[in-house]
Amino acid sequence: MKYYDKLIFELSKEDRNGFSLPENDWQETPENIPAVLRRAVPPDLPQVSEPDAVRHYVNLSNMNFGVDTGFYPLGSCTMKYNPKICEETAAHPGFSGLHPLQPASTVQGALRIYDELSRFLCSLTGMAAFTLNPFAGAHGELTGLMIMRSWHISRGDLKRTRIIVPDSAHGTNPASAAVCGLEVVQVRSTPQGIIDVEALKPLLDDRVAGIMMTNPNTLGLFETEIHEIEASVHAAGGLLYYDGANMNALLGKVRPGDMGFDIMHLNLHKTFSTPHGGGGPGSGPVGVAAHLKHLLPSPAVHCRGGFLTVEDQPEGAGRVSGFMGNFSVLLKAYTYILMLGKQNVRKVGPYAVLSANYIKESLKDCFRLPVPALCKHEFVFDGLSSGQENSVTTLDVAKRLLDYGFHAPTIYFPLLFHQSIMIEPTETESKETLDAFIDAMRSIAAEAATDPDILRSAPHATPVRRPDETLAATRPKLVE
Amino acid sequence: MSKIIEGLFYSESHEWVRTEGDTAVIGITDFAQKSMGNIVYVDMPEEDDEISQNEEFGAVESVKAASDLIAPVSGTVIEKNAALEDEPGLLNSDPYANWIIRVRFSDISETDALMDAAEYTEFLSRQA
Amino acid sequence: MLDRAGLDSLDGLYSDVPEDVLFKGEFDLPDAMTEMEVRRRFEEIASMNFPLKVFCGAGAYDHYSPAAIQTVISRSEFLTSYTPYQAEVSQGTLRYIFEFQTMMARLTGMDCANASMYDGPTSAAEAAMMMAACTKRKRRVLLSETLLPQVIETVGTYCRFHGIEITVIPHNDRTSDLQAAEAELEKGDAAGMVVPGINRYGIIEDLSGFADAVHRTGALLTVYSDPSSLAVVRCPGEWGADIACGDAQTLGLPLNFGGPYAGFLCCRQGFVRKLPGRIVGETVDADGKRAYVLTLQAREQHIRREKATSNICSNQSLMALYATVYLSLMGSEGLRRVNELSYGGAHYLYSRLLETGMFYKLNDKPFLKEFVLHSKIPPETLQKALLDAGFFAALSCGEDDLVSFCVTEKRTKEEMDGLVDVVNQIRHEVLR
Repeated sequence: MKYYDKLIFELSKEDRNGFSLPENDWQETPENIPAVLRRAVPPDLPQVSEPDAVRHYVNLSNMNFGVDTGFYPLGSCTMKYNPKICEETAAHPGFSGLHPLQPASTVQGALRIYDELSRFLCSLTGMAAFTLNPFAGAHGELTGLMIMRSWHISRGDLKRTRIIVPDSAHGTNPASAAVCGLEVVQVRSTPQGIIDVEALKPLLDDRVAGIMMTNPNTLGLFETEIHEIEASVHAAGGLLYYDGANMNALLGKVRPGDMGFDIMHLNLHKTFSTPHGGGGPGSGPVGVAAHLKHLLPSPAVHCRGGFLTVEDQPEGAGRVSGFMGNFSVLLKAYTYILMLGKQNVRKVGPYAVLSANYIKESLKDCFRLPVPALCKHEFVFDGLSSGQENSVTTLDVAKRLLDYGFHAPTIYFPLLFHQSIMIEPTETESKETLDAFIDAMRSIAAEAATDPDILRSAPHATPVRRPDETLAATRPKLVE
Repeated sequence: MSKIIEGLFYSESHEWVRTEGDTAVIGITDFAQKSMGNIVYVDMPEEDDEISQNEEFGAVESVKAASDLIAPVSGTVIEKNAALEDEPGLLNSDPYANWIIRVRFSDISETDALMDAAEYTEFLSRQA
Repeated sequence: MLDRAGLDSLDGLYSDVPEDVLFKGEFDLPDAMTEMEVRRRFEEIASMNFPLKVFCGAGAYDHYSPAAIQTVISRSEFLTSYTPYQAEVSQGTLRYIFEFQTMMARLTGMDCANASMYDGPTSAAEAAMMMAACTKRKRRVLLSETLLPQVIETVGTYCRFHGIEITVIPHNDRTSDLQAAEAELEKGDAAGMVVPGINRYGIIEDLSGFADAVHRTGALLTVYSDPSSLAVVRCPGEWGADIACGDAQTLGLPLNFGGPYAGFLCCRQGFVRKLPGRIVGETVDADGKRAYVLTLQAREQHIRREKATSNICSNQSLMALYATVYLSLMGSEGLRRVNELSYGGAHYLYSRLLETGMFYKLNDKPFLKEFVLHSKIPPETLQKALLDAGFFAALSCGEDDLVSFCVTEKRTKEEMDGLVDVVNQIRHEVLR
């Protein structure tokens, strides 16, 4: 990766441009708009030619690491390989030119994808119906919680405004709950890293709307008490929400619906391999059990005698998006499922889990493993098992990994430990890649003892090194 | 070791209070600033805002953490320390000299619920 | 690998899962396909769609998109990367987001912007919650009835659950009603108001007086804009807005049947700590080189949890890149040309449609590229005839005889004449 220090504004030269538009020969021009409604001074945008712009952005891309660059073991993010056929189908002009408000009769193909993908997801999760409208995981959580609240409210049960969230949960869970107007009640984990059922039970009263669970949880551990949790929460009148962030561990093997979950979301950009795009666009479909179908948000696709329609859901939680979700992302996930097929989808979870256990067992002598158990698709180390005397931190390990050509794992999460290193390899990496990563981690552990400075000053081979985050946050410069 | 100053009141959420007649000067302790790391922003209430004991009145933020400020006493804000707007790092360099707000408070008995220096020292040692 | 993991079979990987929840049935999915089979399947399904000449907007606009954009956004270093947590290997993403923030701030006339939202309607919902947080009045937000219906509905859903009451201020001759808004604002419990720059009827709104009215009562003003239009129409900053939001889809993003688009959210400097979502800032690295990082993270969900300003984790990074490259290639001049061509075409179609005698005006308020007419032909008859001729036009908008049209720079005079011919044909049939 080569350091490139330009901003597009710095390439700007008077009167250059990169567009190809006809001259304007219409009679009427925006000059006819009353002056009070017109902009006084044109916006100061770059003036660059097409070659200059293309080179600029290609140079920027050279400072980026993606799954196509190398191994990306970012825990809880499921950075699996993104098959290229999915990009091709998503760009099909027969879909990309469709206006979202076109009459249903002219978009039966698009609605069929929406409908079929919903059915695929139902089969894979054991839920009764899906909305594909939510734009991302957090958006799915919010939508799912709105459905949960709507259910209680629709039954006249207005007291249920509390939601139980384990202390190991992703920060998004409590944040989504707060946006949804729910009060968060935290339930602690046992020393074995799973929900403490005895601590949970006293919290279950008639004010509880439900529980949000990630299973396997953020430690990569399966919540083995799921049956008892399910029975207790349901007995108390609450619903169970399944955060699909870690669904990749279970895909093809265990279905949230069969565990008794009432509402769930999936992250298509994780489990179903749609590219993350540097942070988005994602897609966060929400599935519900049969008794909650009518509460899905508007609009929804229905099949009426073989004809697909787009309809408002009069009893539903409401509208949460302009139209019907990130449709081209749906096309990619749909393609991914077609390519996998019903047989191969059974291998996704097991292969991902195998990869994680392989790395865990290969490194547990060098890194502290706080919960030495079978993990699912990911696991957490709590820093180096030695080297602390040299005050080498998890941050140093992560930065040093960049020098070895790997992306860093997720660090300092979950918050249960001080030096968390969360590793998720996914099912798409070869044994050779996993071995190379293991070698790098072992080598770093050795360096921590013999040459700690090289870690503390890492990375050395990247375009920039340890940017000053304190300066950035104290004197924010957010625009040029 | 965190610095603790005699003659101040301390809260369990690591705020300190110095009383001057009916004025209470409020800041965060050395322990608090150390556990936060480099402080990058202080969210302070405005003049004339009311604050209530044990309720949040603002927040301090570092790069990777944020911590609510909990009012050790109730009262009306007389002044906020404007210097912190430009240089929040002052809380790191001297958390006792750099107060956050000055409050007019009415109920001196509220300080009964707070700790003195010895009690706070003991409190911190129990935390460790 | 199993040996290393201390297991003798793949089943052992799930020994901690209760036996009765292991899925033993068959998935209701197709058999695995090859790439060729997938392509055939897509051809087959795509043939069930009918791409039309788009003469409608209503929140999604068919604008021209320069070819070079596709090249850039297909770079897999951008496409297959995650949120830029590790700044050292994410300078590409971080830099273009910084450019996006700068361009959106300049277009809207605001001081700063976040790194993008999901879409326009959700950006307005975040703006509403942000106004409540900034003013510490979690009571009520006012919406102009002239906002797009999907914006009103989405903001309504968010606010209903968040505990903010929504008051929709009815329109006054199809534009936002200042007097009615003032009367509501004087009650003193409103955190702010959201008004459109260009409204659901395509009218360019005169927002004079709104900023004063909200600020007098300690509330805030959010202006919902079409960013493409801001090359020529008065921008939120010029109207005195505190927050600007909207959908960046008009910056060359494909229609894509509704998504992905990219919302934007910009604000005045004083509110930046309440701005939700990702934000990129400039700093220096250990060697003093200019570098970019995600900043002001203490506001965010992964740190603040239930006290975060929003639950947003992702942003529409790749779509923000789309808009950034678009604005780079177009510049202010290209964007002005887009507006000239759209304006000229829309006004041509408007006149021609009125000439048919089958429509009459809504009012004489100025519009840019989208307009609404009263139709003397029953809208369903009109829409069907247009559809049969390959036009998606005359979208119903709420009331019985109101239909809307939209013309972008992609529409040609020939297409518009063809559309008018269809109307004239119906006229002949009606007259006969």
